[in-house]
Amino acid sequence: MSDATHSSAPLPDSIASASLAKLGKFWDLNEHDHPEGHSTMLGFWIYLMSDCLIFAMLFAAFGVLGGNYAAGPGPRELFELPLVALNTSMLLFSSITYGFAMLAMQRGSVSQTQMWLLVTAVFGAAFLSIELYEFANLIHEGATPQRSAFLSAFFTLVGTHGLHVTFGLVWLFTLVVQVSRKGLIQANKRRLMCLSLFWHFLDVVWIGVFTFVYLMGMLR
Amino acid sequence: MTAVPLPATAPPQWSPLLGRISLEQLPFLHEPIVAATFAGVVLGGIALVGALTYFRLWGYLWKEWFTSVDHKKIGIMYMILGLVMFMRGFADAIMMRLQQAIAFNGSEGYLNAHHYDQVFTAHGVIMIFFAAMPFVTGLMNYVVPLQIGARDVSFPFLNNFSFWMTTGGAVLVMASLFLGEFGQTGWLAFPPLSGRAYSPGVGVDYYIWSLQVAGVGTTLSGINLIATIIKMRAPGMTLMRMPVFTWTALCTNVLIVASFPVLTAVLVLLSLDRYVGTNFFTNDFGGSPMMYVNMIWIWGHPEVYILILPIFGVFSEVTSTFSGKRLFGYTSMVYATVVITILSYLVWLHHFFTMGSGASVNSFFGITTMIISIPTGAKLFNWLFTMYRGRIRFDLPMMWTVAFMLTFTIGGMTGVLLAVPPADFVLHNSLFLIAHFHNVIIGGVVFGVFAAINYWWPKAFGFKLNQFWGKVSFWCWVPGFWIAFTPLYIMGLMGVTRRTRVFDDPSLQPFFVVALLGAVLIAAGIGAMVLQYGVSIWKREELKDESGDPWHGRTLEWATSSPPPAYNFAFTPIVHDLDAWEDMKRAGVGRPLDGYRPIHMPSNTGAGVILAGISTVLGFGLIWHIWWLAGISFVGLIASAIIHTFNYKRDYHIPAEDVAAVEAQRTAQLERLGQTQGAAA
Amino acid sequence: MRANLLNRARLLRCAIVPLLALPLAGCDWVVLNPAGDVARQQGDLVIVATLLMLLIVVPVMATVVLFAWRYRASNTQAKYDPDWNHSTQLELLIWAAPLMIIIALGAVTWVGTHLLDPYRAISRIDSQTPLVSNEKPFDVEVVSMDWKWLFIYPEQNIATVNELVVPAGRPLRFRLTSSTVMNTFYVPALAGMIYTMPGMETKLHAVFNSEGSFQGISAHYSGAGFSHMHFATRAVSDQQFAQWVASVKAGKNDGALTRDSYLQLDKPSIAEPVHHYTSVAPDLFNAVVDLCVQPGKICASQMAMLDAKGGVPKEAARLNVAALTYDKSGRATETPVLPGSVIAQTDRFVKAYCSDNRPMAAPSAETAPPKTLDRLRGAGINQASGPRISLAGPLLQPAS
Repeated sequence: MSDATHSSAPLPDSIASASLAKLGKFWDLNEHDHPEGHSTMLGFWIYLMSDCLIFAMLFAAFGVLGGNYAAGPGPRELFELPLVALNTSMLLFSSITYGFAMLAMQRGSVSQTQMWLLVTAVFGAAFLSIELYEFANLIHEGATPQRSAFLSAFFTLVGTHGLHVTFGLVWLFTLVVQVSRKGLIQANKRRLMCLSLFWHFLDVVWIGVFTFVYLMGMLR
Repeated sequence: MTAVPLPATAPPQWSPLLGRISLEQLPFLHEPIVAATFAGVVLGGIALVGALTYFRLWGYLWKEWFTSVDHKKIGIMYMILGLVMFMRGFADAIMMRLQQAIAFNGSEGYLNAHHYDQVFTAHGVIMIFFAAMPFVTGLMNYVVPLQIGARDVSFPFLNNFSFWMTTGGAVLVMASLFLGEFGQTGWLAFPPLSGRAYSPGVGVDYYIWSLQVAGVGTTLSGINLIATIIKMRAPGMTLMRMPVFTWTALCTNVLIVASFPVLTAVLVLLSLDRYVGTNFFTNDFGGSPMMYVNMIWIWGHPEVYILILPIFGVFSEVTSTFSGKRLFGYTSMVYATVVITILSYLVWLHHFFTMGSGASVNSFFGITTMIISIPTGAKLFNWLFTMYRGRIRFDLPMMWTVAFMLTFTIGGMTGVLLAVPPADFVLHNSLFLIAHFHNVIIGGVVFGVFAAINYWWPKAFGFKLNQFWGKVSFWCWVPGFWIAFTPLYIMGLMGVTRRTRVFDDPSLQPFFVVALLGAVLIAAGIGAMVLQYGVSIWKREELKDESGDPWHGRTLEWATSSPPPAYNFAFTPIVHDLDAWEDMKRAGVGRPLDGYRPIHMPSNTGAGVILAGISTVLGFGLIWHIWWLAGISFVGLIASAIIHTFNYKRDYHIPAEDVAAVEAQRTAQLERLGQTQGAAA
Repeated sequence: MRANLLNRARLLRCAIVPLLALPLAGCDWVVLNPAGDVARQQGDLVIVATLLMLLIVVPVMATVVLFAWRYRASNTQAKYDPDWNHSTQLELLIWAAPLMIIIALGAVTWVGTHLLDPYRAISRIDSQTPLVSNEKPFDVEVVSMDWKWLFIYPEQNIATVNELVVPAGRPLRFRLTSSTVMNTFYVPALAGMIYTMPGMETKLHAVFNSEGSFQGISAHYSGAGFSHMHFATRAVSDQQFAQWVASVKAGKNDGALTRDSYLQLDKPSIAEPVHHYTSVAPDLFNAVVDLCVQPGKICASQMAMLDAKGGVPKEAARLNVAALTYDKSGRATETPVLPGSVIAQTDRFVKAYCSDNRPMAAPSAETAPPKTLDRLRGAGINQASGPRISLAGPLLQPAS
């Protein structure tokens, strides 16, 4: 990545060439600034890995406690796989549409980027609504997080994922506003890329939730 | 019959406006010791605020320090935070020593159970999270960018935010002293004791939220420093040319990022148990308290290496510099560090061999623990052979290093001893264990921090520290440590266990009295240290170092002036060798004296203070169940964060003329010293 | 080899302990010189491990001092070689030397950990006396409470609080649990520590080799009354033990330990005096482990059995909450007695799924004693089988 703002200026002629060679060996006389945001993607990636660890702990807790129904209902009693499958498809679609938003961003089209972001938001909101509906149903039936260790672990794992999606939505709307204000400048592109990583990451985590919690729960 | 009042089991009263706050929750109204402390703190606080106002320093502090994104200033603020909290933690320590020295023959001592149990909990939490962690983070913050020839860290705003989050956590811990109570659970708050059934008060909530607030800061600062070390090294500085301190910092930050989320997660689960009534760690409804013990030690053991690894780096720099010699076995030093980093995740169960895991499981974790001593031993040998055929100058940093090598070896040995499960069965939770980990943490981390402060102080402030008071401090600390902790080793072998408030066996009293004397000697050492700083600041003209390289250093931080300019280096250095600055000095190359360019720098911002402040208020609202406050501050936090993202103008350029002016001063300074100058225009 | 090491360690202890004790006369080095064979072997291991490590620690510390002195800046006689920074031989040495020590120590650890596993039945009374084959161990059931210790003697059908009296020279088997929070059972003279945990059972095997009075403590902080949570421990002859049992039954006592009086006792108290109970309700210890001493409670093992079947229909989810609550929202003994209508419902529920609230927990597994005594190389070690910590959880299989 090169820096556009500072082109190299010629060195003063007065520096003698011999000492210049020596100096130039040890000091970068013709240096470029680190471009703004040069570490952001790496930093965000590391952050995602730390977030991944939080999920790993929640998965571990579910792995340990997932069979402790405390003489209460188990997954086979509670889970409605068709609903969860629908929910999964919402999140998967939202990942695809986010991909389209990124493609539009690469083409430099502000309106298309915003349009695809909003489509993503619709799918994300649908995912959250279905999840909330599922939670409300469970709680209504007495299968509350307080009922058993299994349900505590279930609500916490799925709920933490849902909270992440909620934050992703807040972030997404913020970016829609920022893109409309400033256009697809470098800073906004970088932010869109970060949110993209975040969104796909949540997708991957959900695949794990769907497999380990729902599918394998039904098989217990 | 009951000498100690039973703890309250009913949750405190609650009102919508003030949550659980009531007059009963103000301990200084009914506990004289707390009242005296409170009076002292209030008077001191008023004096400090008055002085700052009188000298009109608020604006200066806000503009130049609180909102600063300069890694050097943030590093110094971390060190100040660490020192302040270290004093608080030490006050707890000496209270415990005094209690244990007098609570014999039916005497209850001067601390009741409610107070004493808070003191040992707070001591552990404060010393680990709010003294040792700020110290190592501060050192890494200050030194790493300079050592790799960078102008700042990768994310300067985040750095400022991290610092204020750590401070926010510390503020919550301090608040617990005067409003409510701290946890009475031990520093790791094992459930079910820390569950709401057995700890219904606010103590554990203070514990949870202070660690959560500070933990966010620590994790972000870890991410920041990893990105900095990977992305911002000077040209030519390959990984295997990185100074050892930077290597250890890299490994430490990898450990931070890979372990603090575990702590965050386990505390979230504990707080759900307490706030929502879930069943993660409950006795009934299928919960598993053993899971908490496992989870928190999966964080807890790497945490130990988070503290000690950068300190190993400090000792490597100091030994090499003061022996006037290249570090022996750099490559094996690096590999040893990496091996320790990885192995630190495979040993957590050695903290609870006595839980009844199988013999095979116990032996596995015991043996992995012992294996860590191999790379650690290799490091010790490397320092040893760095001294071999050196010209060792025994300035204060080197004195601390030798004291460390002798003290830490014993601590390491007792650590390996505790890694043998059957030996651990008789020594676990005994005073032997207490002596062991103080032996490695004081003999390692604390001595190392003192070595580092004495070593890098001239870089940070442009004058050396006073030798005399430094030596007084040294000669109080080192014997003081041994006098305080040898009795604990001995009593551990006599079957005396930890966290006990009163004793029946009068034959133990002399040991505790000796330990108290040791603690008093350490207190004298701390006093001498404070005097050392005071005297040095007072006589800073006499102690002035203008060269920027007072110890004949070998790494890049010594290549710039002391204190370094905001931009660290007018031109980025190019690295050809491990000891880059030594290499430059041997080549006889000076600084470029012309051709300066504008330097791109991050702008200061108050966003970090604001966001961390709101987070602290959020924590406070949650601790006291003041739901409206928690709700408002949560919304405020999100809103402020979003508003902050609308600020796109986060940097500026230092004009070339300004750089030229600063560098001209530096040139004049070096000319006065008659040092080699670079090629001039 | 290890046996030799241990013998040597014993000789050295004879030398070292008095040496250490000279300036510290009157100290009771109970960890290194205990009355019980298990603790003695553990103490020996402390010494062996320390000696092994001193092999490297002493030379290193001596060299630190030597180099620091010899290469001080003022000693211009010493060789100065600022660029010397690598030596393959030395590198080999500094990695190999600690490695060798750790290999030796690792071997000692592996064998020692298996032999001294608290779950393993002991095979000898002391180094000279093997166990009479098929000698039944002397059982004690231990419950840590807030803040006192309950000891149940199932064979004698008595119970005591804060007083542990056992016959010397007989293998002892402790089954341990807690009624509230985690504690650690520790009699330094007898054997190492072991956690007591609510809803779970741990085990400890040990033997007293001499008669006497010893201290017993809780070694794991458990709340406000922790510092006073200790118990007098006495090892006595068989005859004295029989007399003591008779005196418990006949002397000043607190009557029978019924489920009701257990629940009374379980209420938090500090520095509780010694209690003697003349009889113990059947299955009390198992009920404590199973969190169902209180009438109307569903035992954890029954709960686990239902869980193993995949839980109950969701219609039943609300019915049994009160019957399952142990101490989630307060100490067990403070859980309100269920109102009549709920009790009726709960009873129906319990009857529908379980026979009654008798605990169904199987005692936790224990490991057979090692086959050989003379050569402690691990060849004769039997492996453990079955669940170690008897969880009142899903791992548990109902007793047949």
